[in-house]
Amino acid sequence: MVSSVIHVVLLLVMPPLLLGVINKTKAAFAGRKGAPILQPYYDLARLLQKGSVFSTTTTWVFRAGPVVTLAATLLAALMVPLGNHPALISFPGDMLLFAYLFGLARFFTTSAALDTGSSFEGMGAAREVTYACLVEPTLFFVLITLARMSKSLSLGTMFTYPSLQVWLTSGAVMLLLSNALFIALLAENCRIPFDDPNTHLELTMIHEVMVLDHSGPAFGMILYGAALKLFVLGALFTNLILPFKTGNPLPDWGIFIVAMLYLAVLIGVVESVMARLRLVRIPQLLVAATILSAFAMLLIVR
Amino acid sequence: MITFADQLLVLVMLINFIMLGTSRLAFAIRAVAVQGVVLGIIPGLLHQFSGHLLMITASIILAKGVVIPWMINDAVRKAQIRREVEPFIDYVPTLLLGAVFTALAFVFAQRLPLAPEHRELLFVPASIATLMTGFLILTTRRKAISQVIGYLVLENGIFIFGLLLTDAMPFMVEAGALLDLLVGIFVMGIVINHINREFSSVDTSRLQALREE
Repeated sequence: MVSSVIHVVLLLVMPPLLLGVINKTKAAFAGRKGAPILQPYYDLARLLQKGSVFSTTTTWVFRAGPVVTLAATLLAALMVPLGNHPALISFPGDMLLFAYLFGLARFFTTSAALDTGSSFEGMGAAREVTYACLVEPTLFFVLITLARMSKSLSLGTMFTYPSLQVWLTSGAVMLLLSNALFIALLAENCRIPFDDPNTHLELTMIHEVMVLDHSGPAFGMILYGAALKLFVLGALFTNLILPFKTGNPLPDWGIFIVAMLYLAVLIGVVESVMARLRLVRIPQLLVAATILSAFAMLLIVR
Repeated sequence: MITFADQLLVLVMLINFIMLGTSRLAFAIRAVAVQGVVLGIIPGLLHQFSGHLLMITASIILAKGVVIPWMINDAVRKAQIRREVEPFIDYVPTLLLGAVFTALAFVFAQRLPLAPEHRELLFVPASIATLMTGFLILTTRRKAISQVIGYLVLENGIFIFGLLLTDAMPFMVEAGALLDLLVGIFVMGIVINHINREFSSVDTSRLQALREE
């Protein structure tokens, strides 16, 4: 009971903190002092107090976009085990629903972008969908490989399965999977080698350009949804690479939270030491990630 | 020890993909050097320690990891090229082809009549996959230096297959193969320099066209 409460609270409260840690890490690398770690929370609070402006050319699709996106991401978040704690919703085959809830969220984000009729936003939508096509096989190869290893079709079992024993016996496969999943995480969350979340130059943007017309609470929902998505995929990644289990719920929560913060620092380091890739090079890296995960599957299925 | 060798072979196959995907020659040369060193370590993990084994390991690491990459690097510097610009088939399709060939190598290795103790190991599929990667690089790249790298990868594939037979294969055969390789690289270095001087580029596809004098 206590564990479920912690689970829900963590799921709802922690996501913006990751963004804060990432930004702080980047600031430290650049030699700046940087915004406070809690800045994303202040931003969300400020946006929720503002009024909204809706263009007269938009329809209900534009208003539905942020709402459906946030709802789908929240539902997907409930299916993910955090650390060694089981997911809140779990049934055989939920990995498909999980993957396609993100698909639904993306469909509504891009539809809302197209609904504005702005040429920039249409361009962003086209890019987003193109790259999503390339990330999806990676995600599925990772999920299928884990399903095959753990002999289960439920995310809850698949992602609590990796243990020290598994890492020792099939370390190469786990290493391939975690690398592929990390690349997928960066691409899905529009982090640096793929997209710069801070850029305001429309020609190079992917995700940010799609949400230019949203304002006020709707924009807050988009920001929070993006943070939640980072949290969810990050939780999958930490489950994969963290084989330690104490068996005691409270220390396990502590380990999980520390691991997530380390993940945020890792993303910050990646963003600081790498430059954004040219747009033509992005598919190359995504295909490479797909090959990594397909190769892992080949080693398991053989 | 043999499972650790299997993990190293996974690394070898990953390096194959790196070489298929990169356009920078210096990076590809470094990758092939790492592959050579990894391959040099593997025989030490498989067999009982002996003077014969030590000689093979040392000479392989020296030849594949140091001497040959250094010679290719030298050729690259002299010809002043840094990247393969326009391969016959682009990088992403070759990467995908490489993945398909690797998968086929696994399927093919399952059907070979192997000794039962070799059946579960990665050696045969890794060997075939590396061979096919070498073929791919040889056939899809234009620059003579990339083709030399492809030739090296091809030889690495043959070497992995030979690893299963290290006990049966006398040292002289290994040494002979390495010597052949060294001479081959040496000759290629000279050829590259000549192509470069003649056409001021090392694009081998220009050798196909006839010129009127």
